Amino acid sequence: MTADSNAKRMTVIVTKGTLDWAYPPFILATTAAALEVEVSMFFTFYGLQLLKKDLGHLQVSTLGNPAMEMPLAGMHLKMPNMVSALPGVDAACTTMMKNLIRKKGVPSIPELREAAIEADVTLMGCQMTMDLFEWTPADMIDGVEVGGAATYMERALKADINLFI
Amino acid sequence: MPTTLDAKGLTCPMPVLKTKKALKEVPAGETLTVLATDPGSVKDMEAFCRTTGNELLESGEEGGVFRYLIRKGA
Repeated sequence: MTADSNAKRMTVIVTKGTLDWAYPPFILATTAAALEVEVSMFFTFYGLQLLKKDLGHLQVSTLGNPAMEMPLAGMHLKMPNMVSALPGVDAACTTMMKNLIRKKGVPSIPELREAAIEADVTLMGCQMTMDLFEWTPADMIDGVEVGGAATYMERALKADINLFI
Repeated sequence: MPTTLDAKGLTCPMPVLKTKKALKEVPAGETLTVLATDPGSVKDMEAFCRTTGNELLESGEEGGVFRYLIRKGA
């Protein structure tokens, strides 16, 4: 993001690190970039998971997610909170979700992240979160700018759209 | 030579992302044809063109395939 550009700007604070919640920030960031918006994403707390080199660990959880219904054989399978305590349920839901994603032509999260990088979206990692969870830049993909709240705020103050996801 | 982008079978946001990428290779004033099956692409392609200064010359559907003709802006 250059200070002297006339382009519209957007920032997104990314706070969630589940497979499903990884979608909204990356979809909006890549689409905004395609619409010639200068985009910065600030990954904090669990959102920082989305900057790890390997994204294979991302899962969906049935816990606290009463709206989750998986289409199955023409019906919709409800996932009550209670079942999330059963071993393997989240892993099974994640597998179902990944199969659906593939079947319906929805891009994968690694694919969307790659598209964001290709579109020059600025990826910022939260220093405090990295210290808190004992992660180092070596755990993250290349090109991540590490900074704190003030680094984010400086960008947010100059942006036209600021989202918290 | 007219360029065609096949974005069939892809959902949001891929038709728009791929259109943006394909337009980079198209000279200003020339056209790009985009094929898609995502019903959301009808409104998205209009919004994309309005926002980016490209012109949506034609938009139609035949047998479940949406076809867009876009003229690249200056």
